[in-house]
Amino acid sequence: MDDDVPQGSPVVGRRAFLGFAGLGLSSLAWGGAAMDVLAQTTRLVPESLRSALPFGKGWRIYAVNPPHPRFDPSTWRLRIEGLVERPQTLTYAQLRALPRAQQISDFVCVTGWSVDDVGWAGVRFDDLLAAARPLPSATALKFVSAEQPYEDSLTLEQLREPDAMLAYVMDGRPLERKHGAPARVVMPQMYGYKGVKWVQRIVVTDGVADGYWQRRGYDRDAWIGGSNGR
Amino acid sequence: MAVDPRLVRAAEPRVARFGATERHLHTVHAAAFAVLLATGFVLYLPFMAQIVSDRPLMKAIHLAAAVGWLTALALVVVLGDRPALRRTRREIERFDDDDLLFLRRRRAPSGRFNGGQKAHAIVQAGLSLLFVVSGTLLWLGERDTALRLPGTIALHDAATALLAVLVAGHIWTAFSQPQSLEGIWRGTVPARYAAEQHEKWRPAAAGGRRRARPEAARIALGLLVAAAGIFAALALVLDVAG
Repeated sequence: MDDDVPQGSPVVGRRAFLGFAGLGLSSLAWGGAAMDVLAQTTRLVPESLRSALPFGKGWRIYAVNPPHPRFDPSTWRLRIEGLVERPQTLTYAQLRALPRAQQISDFVCVTGWSVDDVGWAGVRFDDLLAAARPLPSATALKFVSAEQPYEDSLTLEQLREPDAMLAYVMDGRPLERKHGAPARVVMPQMYGYKGVKWVQRIVVTDGVADGYWQRRGYDRDAWIGGSNGR
Repeated sequence: MAVDPRLVRAAEPRVARFGATERHLHTVHAAAFAVLLATGFVLYLPFMAQIVSDRPLMKAIHLAAAVGWLTALALVVVLGDRPALRRTRREIERFDDDDLLFLRRRRAPSGRFNGGQKAHAIVQAGLSLLFVVSGTLLWLGERDTALRLPGTIALHDAATALLAVLVAGHIWTAFSQPQSLEGIWRGTVPARYAAEQHEKWRPAAAGGRRRARPEAARIALGLLVAAAGIFAALALVLDVAG
């Protein structure tokens, strides 16, 4: 085997390796923009064709402390407390009796995937808070998940965006367990980690505290395209 | 009377195609690839992510397998036949005119590796580097958003797609020529196969010299590498689980 090593220059192979590796590493700078262009291009493909593909579009279920919390309509309660005149404890039926809002919005995850045109139904935050009557000093809400220790906060101003809601219906059906049954925050203009699932307690506060992912380095104001290094 | 074809095959002269170190290097890549691709698909493909919902477990296996892969590579280098690996690298990086012809899909005589095998190995080596860099950056980006480069996810995704295609082709070509499989499983191939497929290769007869065991210092270094790898993998698993 020893005398079988071919003579000649290794330059072709080394150039190929360095060129390939260099091209790949340079994509750390331009790969994100290329992905965006690609995503725009695939929008030209009819939705029926895109949804037939088994991958690409679709939910990836993230949780921080499996198994997912279980929802029992007879015992479930949503507490609204903190800087309010009248703390509330809502049953599932009471939550669903509040003024109902509907919307179709995109869901975008900070890790790069997204789901277009998700149908949500739920309650806007002004309607949700009306009975509790937040005090004048209130500026933010902290959403505490039944999946401990997940929690996150949004300012009242952010929550007045016309497409922010506490949703209990997704695509025409009651919210599924893996999507946060019975109620989750929907904040389409921000990355999905701001949308707390399995919400069981809402604390009205006078300032925004770091949530689960903020304590792990993610941005507090997670505007899509304007945060987390994008 | 018909002769048992197995006997004919057993009597055929064989030549040495891959040494033990080369075969170990291949096994390490193959095993790591299988685990990393399977867990990666569960983490990446939505329809699988919804079937297997234990994401943290998949992530822990994925990270531990990545560390195990690098540790095993280091072990092969520390304990294996390094001159043989160097020889192999020199063979792969040199393209002669026949190799370039081969890449243009012409009939051309090959050495121990043909032009396609050389190109495949070079791209695979590049992909290994890209996976290590982008994977490390993905992990670091979860800890500090300043390290989240705009193309990290794109690079890891694109490298996976390319790797899956390459490995599918690699497995397809291997299984379409059973003698090439023998080369990687047993280390030897029939002399006739070598003469037909790799005309310019002058192989040694099978059953040649055996390598001596690595000396004590190298074994100690190997143990150190193994311990470091196990420690790193455990730390990652505990970090993901906790």
